[in-house]
Amino acid sequence: MRRPKKYESGEATQYISRRAALRKLQLSLNDFRRLCILKGVYPREPKHRRRAQKGSSEIKVLYHTKDIRFLLHESIVWTLRDYKIFAKKSNRDRAIKDFRNLKRRLALFPEIKLDHIVKERYPTFIDALKDLDDCLTLLFLFSTFPSLHLIPREQSNLCRRLTIEFLHYVIASKSLRKVFISIKGYYFQAEIKGQKVTWIVPHYYPFKPQSRQEVDFKVMSIFVEFYTIMLGFTNFRLFHSLNLAYPPQFPSSVLQDSEESLKDEASFVSDRIAALNFELLRTDKVQEDEEELDIDMELLEQDGDSKRIIKMKQEAQEVSRLRTLFKGLKFFINREVPREPLVILIRSFGGKVSWDSSVFAGSAYDESDETITHQIVDRPSLATQYISRDYVQPQWLFDCVNQRQLLPTNKYFLGEKLPPHLSPFVDSKRDTYIPPEEKALLDPSLIETHAQSDDESEDEAEKEEEEAVDQELLDAQLQLAYQQETAEYKKYGGQDGVNEDEEDPEDDDEEDDDEEEEEEVDEKTKRLQQEKQKMSVQSGKVHKVNKRQVHKAEVDEHRLQARMVKPRHRNLFRKLIREKQTKEKEEWLLRKKRRTIEAGEKEARKTAKREARKEAAAAAAKASKLGK
Amino acid sequence: MTKKLTLKRKGKDAEPTNEVATSSEASENEEEEEDLLQAVKDPGEDSTDDEGIDQEYHSDSSEELEFESDEEGNYLGRKQSSSAEDDEESSDEEEQGDESEDENEENDEDASTSNQIKSDEKPSSSSGTTKQGAPVKELPKRDSSKPEYQDSDTSDEEDIRNTVGNIPMHWYDEYKHIGYDWDAKKIVKPPQGDQIDEFLRKIEDPDFWRTVKDPLTGQDVRLTDEDIALIKRIVSGRIPNKDHEEYEPWIEWFTSEVEKMPIKNVPDHKRSFLPSVSEKKRVSRMVHALKMGWMKTTEEVQREKQAKRGPKFYMLWETDTGREHMRRIHDPVSAPKRDLPGHAESYNPPPEYLFDAKETKEWLKLKDEPHKRKLHFMPQKFRSLREVPAYSRFLRERFLRCLDLYLCPRAKRVKLNIDAEYLIPKLPSPRDLQPFPTVESMVYRGHTDLVRSVSVEPKGEYLVSGSDDKTVKIWEIATGRCIRTIETDEVVRCVAWCPNPKLSIIAVATGNRLLLVNPKVGDKVLVKKTDDLLAEAPSQDVIESERIKTAVQWSNAEDDEQEKGVRVVITHFKPIRQVTWHGRGDYLATVMPEGANRSALIHQLSKRRSQIPFSKSKGLIQFVLFHPVKPCFFVATQHNIRIYDLVKQELVKKLLTNSKWISGMSIHPKGDNLLVSTYDKKMLWFDLDLSTKPYQTMRLHRNAVRSVAFHLRYPLFASGSDDQAVIVSHGMVYNDLLQNPLIVPLKKLQTHEKRDEFGVLDVNWHPVQPWVFSTGADCTIRLYT
Repeated sequence: MRRPKKYESGEATQYISRRAALRKLQLSLNDFRRLCILKGVYPREPKHRRRAQKGSSEIKVLYHTKDIRFLLHESIVWTLRDYKIFAKKSNRDRAIKDFRNLKRRLALFPEIKLDHIVKERYPTFIDALKDLDDCLTLLFLFSTFPSLHLIPREQSNLCRRLTIEFLHYVIASKSLRKVFISIKGYYFQAEIKGQKVTWIVPHYYPFKPQSRQEVDFKVMSIFVEFYTIMLGFTNFRLFHSLNLAYPPQFPSSVLQDSEESLKDEASFVSDRIAALNFELLRTDKVQEDEEELDIDMELLEQDGDSKRIIKMKQEAQEVSRLRTLFKGLKFFINREVPREPLVILIRSFGGKVSWDSSVFAGSAYDESDETITHQIVDRPSLATQYISRDYVQPQWLFDCVNQRQLLPTNKYFLGEKLPPHLSPFVDSKRDTYIPPEEKALLDPSLIETHAQSDDESEDEAEKEEEEAVDQELLDAQLQLAYQQETAEYKKYGGQDGVNEDEEDPEDDDEEDDDEEEEEEVDEKTKRLQQEKQKMSVQSGKVHKVNKRQVHKAEVDEHRLQARMVKPRHRNLFRKLIREKQTKEKEEWLLRKKRRTIEAGEKEARKTAKREARKEAAAAAAKASKLGK
Repeated sequence: MTKKLTLKRKGKDAEPTNEVATSSEASENEEEEEDLLQAVKDPGEDSTDDEGIDQEYHSDSSEELEFESDEEGNYLGRKQSSSAEDDEESSDEEEQGDESEDENEENDEDASTSNQIKSDEKPSSSSGTTKQGAPVKELPKRDSSKPEYQDSDTSDEEDIRNTVGNIPMHWYDEYKHIGYDWDAKKIVKPPQGDQIDEFLRKIEDPDFWRTVKDPLTGQDVRLTDEDIALIKRIVSGRIPNKDHEEYEPWIEWFTSEVEKMPIKNVPDHKRSFLPSVSEKKRVSRMVHALKMGWMKTTEEVQREKQAKRGPKFYMLWETDTGREHMRRIHDPVSAPKRDLPGHAESYNPPPEYLFDAKETKEWLKLKDEPHKRKLHFMPQKFRSLREVPAYSRFLRERFLRCLDLYLCPRAKRVKLNIDAEYLIPKLPSPRDLQPFPTVESMVYRGHTDLVRSVSVEPKGEYLVSGSDDKTVKIWEIATGRCIRTIETDEVVRCVAWCPNPKLSIIAVATGNRLLLVNPKVGDKVLVKKTDDLLAEAPSQDVIESERIKTAVQWSNAEDDEQEKGVRVVITHFKPIRQVTWHGRGDYLATVMPEGANRSALIHQLSKRRSQIPFSKSKGLIQFVLFHPVKPCFFVATQHNIRIYDLVKQELVKKLLTNSKWISGMSIHPKGDNLLVSTYDKKMLWFDLDLSTKPYQTMRLHRNAVRSVAFHLRYPLFASGSDDQAVIVSHGMVYNDLLQNPLIVPLKKLQTHEKRDEFGVLDVNWHPVQPWVFSTGADCTIRLYT
């Protein structure tokens, strides 16, 4: 038997470099890229790069040989080749000005068919849902794009259509769970069939001309080409799962790609938002399916009270509460507020929404409607205000959704300084830094105590200030007398104060000892001791444990033990320790910053108050003078 | 052909010559004409080159030509050649001299004839009749005077002109001739007068102002009045041909008015009223096709196209989780999702998440290596939602994600999600492994240089130390008092107290000499006995080989040394590095690293005899050790440890340490485990029954480990290192062979001071108590209890 040569078997044959793959598939690099994107073929990281690259150690793009063989049987490879032929022939026609032939050829443009690839990449529907994040984010981005050289108008229109359909599904199924306003865009998280789907809607208006090195629209366009097909099929199934007709029918005035709407960006956007404010056509007459949910709850109740069950029950209750969060509320959105995310929010939690009909299309009712409960305003002040409704800033809606309850609106009133907007995506049980606002949210009791303590401290501060002000108001003589008195008091208190100082548990024992010695030196104590010695029982010395030393000993011990980590784990151990240290440092830094900020704020508040008081006092004095 | 050409040429020249003929006498206002001449001649006079004139002349004639060719469009193409011949003709004229008058007349006639010929040839081109008028008028006059072709013949004969063609005439500047005539004879340049001649001519000749030099022939040409008139007309911007009438009445050949009655009034054919049968057939066929659905209206086609354009969606997945068997890519790895945003990404984050000045600076500094940044964006705070702008890097981020998805290599990796604590092996708490030394309880001071070595009396009352200050000191352990100081000649490398409690001997290695010292402490009887034992050398019954003799000499100590306590001196041939006793106290071994193949020696005290166990050196010997029970000898070279059987005289085992440089060894009192310290910060625990490779490698120290020592009774061992620390560890060896030794580091004792990179040099245990002694480079010996 022939002995196999080096690199004829094993890892070297499992991987194939991109160059070799191109040669094997007989495709250009561009076509290969397109094929890889559409088919979802990606390079692999070999276990031993050197072995996989037949001895060379430079970093190459390696594909799995089986993947490339799989591509070899793909039908769209032929379409890609047809494209090439088509381009050649049509260019020839154009060159010899054979326009009749050219027209005939253009009509026979080879269409690429991606349906089977969707099925193949996502064998189950759940797989498709799992991979929906990137798809949605990219399509939401593209749906706002103008017509570009590499992105035809049709593509961005299709993106718009599909994303609106998806949003309609989210609204109809009430599956939205978390929302977040980031500086990058609006994050939405929906739970669809148990899968968490997160997408970003960029802030308006995301398109900016980009240099070729920065962003290659060609690549993104290929992704979008696939994602549109995928989202289309996903939407189809989602709509049918809710017994909704697909494609959804909108009133003819809305979402028609008329010349006008394409020309005018503003009307283009407003059309899109208007489309969200319509109820969809149902194929069946059953209106709500909330009963189903109740049955689920009952089932859970029957199952008993293990911890998990209780937790699940709570979760289910919360979700059911969330789904009807805005039910019965009527919102009116002022025109300066970005409407799209708010409409999604309000509609998907059962609220009704409208806006200024004179500016944008698709409004349901007017501002003067007395039944409006909330008006969303994002400006410092408003000229005409209705007394029957709350004027809140848009962040209120987002915080309500993340808290899964209607928060009090007083912090979000018109022109109010907003509380920080926290991300709902961070794990509340993490061991890193948790800002006090989040802590307060997690533990409502903490808010009150925190507030109370704040109040108390403020009260104390106020008292002090009052005293100070009083002093200022006193005559000079009185002041002097008072000062003398206080000085005496301080002297007296200073002697007693030693004990108070000792209360600090973290103080070193040595210091304590010193102080004890000092005490011994004190004559009073000596006398006392003598008196005590006369008595039969002597007080024993308390054995004080030097906490610092104990801690140090423990640390030393731990360090020594840490040196016993097995050699093969040593690097990992070091890495873990380093990570832990950086995390701790980060936390420490954040805490410190917070402390300094709060101290600064308090100081500022105090000074402001004092100023105000002084002014008031001065004004009062003036008034009294005038009165005289 | 030539004839025809000439004819044409003449025709072209016709008008000026005619004019000369007619108006030669009538030159009236001279002054005006002088100006004109200036205008014509100036360029020629300015430049000494003939070319200027030449070109000027050409341009004039060509303009004329153009004019004519405008008249009759078909002559445009010949313009160039004819203009060249035109020149020739004028030169011809000059040669003929005074008879120009007649000649001109002839020319005139010629021209008219040629014109007529042309008109005959192309009657259709009579649209330019206005121009034709003038020659036609002169026609009868010429007819009366001469027959038609007579003149032309003669003129052909007389035609002496330059044949060089249309070339720049300055090519002939250096020659005497100026070209060739028809007979290929040189045309000689006319004599050129100097300036005085010219001046004279200017004064004499009244026609000087109208004399022009013909560059082709070099002859002077007198311009006729006709010529001058023509030039005047050109200069003043009028049509050069004075006979041209601009305001001639317009003859309308084709009327623009629409006639009331059609010229051709034929009635329509009957076919035009009857429906076409073929068309009817075709339409009925189409209708049928439409009806059958074979054909579609354009609207339908358009609609279908519209519908076809977008993608078609249908129920691709029948169920949520049902999977249809399809070929997929091999071993699919789904791309990890992007991280979800934290508080810092909020548009209105808590204030501590915003960057302060320092963080901002750091963030901006890492512009070139963004992966090193702590956050990939700069947190920002906005007062209201309306103020939030579009994120400028959104597109780029999406693009990078796309690149990641199709270009980033993927592999399945197990991510370790463990706590660092988990990696620390589970060991019993040191508190359960007491007793072990925990605090420094005594410092023995007195040496003035670094203390190299320490050894404890077998009973545990006294301590001996050897130092670089050339002294050996004997201390009382309990009090820390130095009982005796023995001065030596050289640096004391090593001291070792004889482990036999019935003898009180200390082996001191100083320089080349090994001193056996009686410390004279403790039991007096014992001291006396030892003195007696060492006083006399036993009789030598064996003759030592030369090899040993040259290496070692035994001798009793001198008197002065006797007083100090030295009893026997064994002088080696090289400095001694280390000395160690056999457990029974009769044998001792010394190491001389420079001794090549005689670097390890074994001395027998009772017989005062030395042996060289190895005939060959297997490396630089660092340390030797006797096995406590078996007749085995451990030799540590730099890298390896060899175990020899002294009885069988063979190599038993070779231990592979895989370290750079061994510093010391210590054997467990039971003799199955060996502890090795190395200069590369490691300590190696060898289980001799188990393997030749270390059972455990410990990196407890941060610097080179100088020495290790096992306790004789307790399961403890200590190590001293250059990082000034003595580390006490628990090293339990079980009788059960299946159970591996348990090693637990217990305590780090770090009280020695650093001096010149050295920390602790030697450690040794108290034979009975769990106390450890350490010597350091800071000239002290310390006791930890």
